[in-house]
Amino acid sequence: MEKTQLAALAATLAPDAQVVQGKQFVEITLLPTELYTVAEKLKNHSDTALDMLVSITGMDYGSELGTVYHLRSTVHNHMIVLKTRVSDRENPEIDSLCGLWPAAEFHEREAFDLLGIRFRNHPDLRRLFLDSTWGYPLRKDYKDDINILAK
Amino acid sequence: MGMKGIKDEEFRDNETLKQLQDSGTNVFLTRIDDVINWGRKNSLWPLTFATSCCGIEMMAAGAPRHDFARFGMEVYRASPRQADVIVIAGTITNKMAPVLKMLYDQMSEPKYVVAMGACAISGGPFYLNSYHVVKGVEHIIPVDVFIPGCPPRPEALLYGMMQLQRKIGTETIKSRRKRSQSHNSL
Amino acid sequence: MEEAVKAPVPEQEEYVINMGPQHPSTHGVLRLVVSLRGETVRNVEPHIGYIHRGIEKMCESITYPQIIHLTDRMDYLSAHINNEAVCLAVENALGIEVSDRVKVVRTILSELTRIQSHQLFWATFGMDLGGLTCFFYGLRDREMILDIFEETCGGRMIVSYNCPGGLMNDIHPNFQKRTKEFISYFRKTLPEYDRLLTGNVIFQERLKNIGVVNREQAIAWGLTGPVGRASGFSCDVRKHNPYSAYDRVTFKEILYDEGDSFHRYKVRMDEMWESMNIIEQLIDNIPAGSYAEKMKPVIKLPEGEYYQSVETARGELGVYIVSDGNKNPYRVKFRSPNFVHLAPLNLMSQGSKIADLVAINGSLDLIIPDIDR
Repeated sequence: MEKTQLAALAATLAPDAQVVQGKQFVEITLLPTELYTVAEKLKNHSDTALDMLVSITGMDYGSELGTVYHLRSTVHNHMIVLKTRVSDRENPEIDSLCGLWPAAEFHEREAFDLLGIRFRNHPDLRRLFLDSTWGYPLRKDYKDDINILAK
Repeated sequence: MGMKGIKDEEFRDNETLKQLQDSGTNVFLTRIDDVINWGRKNSLWPLTFATSCCGIEMMAAGAPRHDFARFGMEVYRASPRQADVIVIAGTITNKMAPVLKMLYDQMSEPKYVVAMGACAISGGPFYLNSYHVVKGVEHIIPVDVFIPGCPPRPEALLYGMMQLQRKIGTETIKSRRKRSQSHNSL
Repeated sequence: MEEAVKAPVPEQEEYVINMGPQHPSTHGVLRLVVSLRGETVRNVEPHIGYIHRGIEKMCESITYPQIIHLTDRMDYLSAHINNEAVCLAVENALGIEVSDRVKVVRTILSELTRIQSHQLFWATFGMDLGGLTCFFYGLRDREMILDIFEETCGGRMIVSYNCPGGLMNDIHPNFQKRTKEFISYFRKTLPEYDRLLTGNVIFQERLKNIGVVNREQAIAWGLTGPVGRASGFSCDVRKHNPYSAYDRVTFKEILYDEGDSFHRYKVRMDEMWESMNIIEQLIDNIPAGSYAEKMKPVIKLPEGEYYQSVETARGELGVYIVSDGNKNPYRVKFRSPNFVHLAPLNLMSQGSKIADLVAINGSLDLIIPDIDR
């Protein structure tokens, strides 16, 4: 589907969200509370039909943490990007999308491991690469004077 | 090691080693030592231990072109109890370090360690900015031969194993006992 | 005679064993905690992180051309294709169009990388299942490709030949001759692989109907590459979002429906034939031109986000760069195919025997440093 058509359709499906036509893909910025409902609508609607989750990226925006979802439709061959942010850095919580796409399981575990973002209703939220006492390395305020030598 | 009054730095030049042995300088290697060393160095059985890219070059060294079966080393043992040498091919991370120590402790005497590749020598490309990489495997276990390269060519691995063979060739009964006392922490 | 005492039947007992991290058949440092009942697998739990080197965090403190040298070491058997992904992301972000010569040479090297990766897969897969001969045959032929790489790119496996704007150096004068010699040699040798392994009754019995994934599951779990294509999911990035010179060559996308381990193996064997077809279409007409565009000495991407996907030998690699205008990226994320392929291992091996677990693991062709990054 054309980007402009897709953006218009997305705006109708997610009326409270901010829909932008980026350079490559349509980007939708959402509040964490409406993430699951909008994702479900986008997955089930026949014109968007986002049946494949490509990747989930955890981000540290400085004052907020967030996640970026790249979703693809194998039927129409287009991609949509969903973004969300939480401002609580001590206990960030976002809804898990494992119910919609089972591929989200490992991606969300990685975001939890490296950034500390907890996902509600995740079937098995444990740390993936590092052990339970390690901090959250991908955060911008992660300090490690012993191992990280270059400035 | 098995020589009096010779600094460790001189061992790097292996032609000197052979000459010293031939000319009979202060090297008290007996016939029995010769036979034991000959047996040990010509059938070093490595442990299958490859963590990352250097592992593929180690496999390529066992492949038909750079065959290292002609050195007696093609028998890879999966169990550390049956292996003689562990070739650390690849990066060692903080999570893998205790596993490596456990494997080294499980190997039975005589055991040798070869650090293959830049990551095993000093952390390699991950030296400066990585939070999870052990900067050199010498922090964990004592190393006999270092093979530089990223990844080292299979010919470089063969040269490194030949250096190890020369090093084994200079062992005496006293030096072996001293070595196993210092290298075993259990 | 007394009646023998009946031993209690351990039906309710589950036995947990640990495979790895040091194990010859896990292809790297993967630890699988397997719960067995007898010899039947009830649950497989992968533990990873034994080669987690923090590459994504490292990328935040180095420049864009330096990231390329780290991507080599992630999925080291598709090193050239990984390099190409980052270069394409940077070039598309800056709006630079590379010359045709660069595109064609990159495509030829990508296909040679793919053949070399599948040769190693064939060698180690046969070895995992017990046929040690495959190891020697596969690696013998792979050395010819590594010679081509060494002459042109400077490195056997870790090539680092791409840079943003083109290639580091022009190709060697012998490049075309050696590649053509290799193709004609390998066309005669590849049927030998089939005679050795594909038609073997034991091999087929061990792999048919083992680890079945159907098309809906493949899409839901995000499986791409040969694993997805063996289940009928048409996901080849070279066909759907072509890059470099893939839009000017014709090749077939190999699809099967059964989704079992045998067809994951068959897809890779057929892909080797298609790669040779692609190379033959391009090798005679490498266009003349410059081998690199002029770039500024310090590369700064404009503010924004850029996503580029390429087809490595294992699946779709996605590079997601978030830039804030500096010479170091703000965040780099690598969507690695192996990370996604490990997730359904538990689903695929429910109810199989432990020997089948080794076969499934081998047919997925995982590279563990790509999972851990």
